[in-house]
Amino acid sequence: MSALPMADAKAATITRFRVAVYESTGAEPLDPGVRGDLVSALLAKGYAVTVVRRGATLARFTAGTLVVLGRFTEAKPLEAADGPVAIHFRDVAALTAAQAVEVVDGLRGGEALTKPGAWKPWFPVIDYDRCTNCMQCLSFCLFDVYAVSADKKIQVQNQTKCKTDCPACSRVCPEVAILFPKYRHGPINGDVIGADDVRREVMKVDISALLGGDIYQALRDRSAKSKSRFAKERDEDRALEERQKCLVALGKSLEIPPEVFASLPSIDEIRTKADQAAARATAALADR
Amino acid sequence: MTLDVLTPRVLYCHCAYAAVVPKATKEAVLRGLTDAGIAFDAVPDLCELSARRDPMLADLTGDGPTKLVACYPRAVKWLFHAAGVELSQNIEVLNMRTDDADAILADVLGTPSTAPEVTA
Repeated sequence: MSALPMADAKAATITRFRVAVYESTGAEPLDPGVRGDLVSALLAKGYAVTVVRRGATLARFTAGTLVVLGRFTEAKPLEAADGPVAIHFRDVAALTAAQAVEVVDGLRGGEALTKPGAWKPWFPVIDYDRCTNCMQCLSFCLFDVYAVSADKKIQVQNQTKCKTDCPACSRVCPEVAILFPKYRHGPINGDVIGADDVRREVMKVDISALLGGDIYQALRDRSAKSKSRFAKERDEDRALEERQKCLVALGKSLEIPPEVFASLPSIDEIRTKADQAAARATAALADR
Repeated sequence: MTLDVLTPRVLYCHCAYAAVVPKATKEAVLRGLTDAGIAFDAVPDLCELSARRDPMLADLTGDGPTKLVACYPRAVKWLFHAAGVELSQNIEVLNMRTDDADAILADVLGTPSTAPEVTA
């Protein structure tokens, strides 16, 4: 596999933090109801959880902070360390699930962790079994979500710049190779792709083509017409209405949320970004 | 010498930050796992871990057989890939967006692997 770039600066500051619900040697099992409430409450707060049972093979934990909750029958130190793993033992025999979560919150308080759920994880994921590296997504996205790797492959580089609930780039992908796992419908959500899906996606690309062959060109043309009309008639309202009609049509055909249009850069910035993206795509394709 | 059955590990995704997995399904699956008293790993949201390139993703996918309870297998495969982690052939993805909780729990809890693991 090719080396992947660091997606976001915050990725470099990830601190591993996991909670173990411990029911193995030296501890009594929790009541199933208590166990269920505890695991649910921890997940709802954004914690990764490992339920530990005797004899089972579990995921390794190689570095970071591990909080071990249990009904311990043997004395445990409050704090311990195993190489790069800092371990906190807490007996939860007398605690409700909510109280146990508060204990975990308290231990996490001093850690510089990313706040879970602060951002809806909405971003494109590339299916490289289908991607032909055509760079259309790079040329299309105005928000710098896509980039080209050192080996000239398209990749998603800035996930957090993606506009929530906007799947537009997947609509212009001719190979149905762009997924949004949290999208409502297939195949964009990762569902199996059928022949009908491919035909439908091609039709949607054609619809966007009907808007002017190139979405940015369509925006530019509409803007130019509006400016021309504005110059002749000095009718600002009419120009804005014309542009609004274009955006509504574009939004409907590509399922772009209105919020995305609200955050679009100016027409000059769009032109610059589109030219830059096109240049990057052309350079990547030329070097293949 | 003991002869143990090699039981697949279980990794459950709670898909916490979107309403695309039916709430009733994911809650029933989670309750089934906790009621069964088995060992398992659970994460709040695989998408978020992937976007953060969280090293936990590599820790959660070992070499042994794993039942990964999440959403569409194609989405899960490329989410892990996006984080720099390749899923092995031993990982079976179960889809809470299309299958009901009973079917998923029957798969996870009902059939241990036939491959024996011999330990001295």
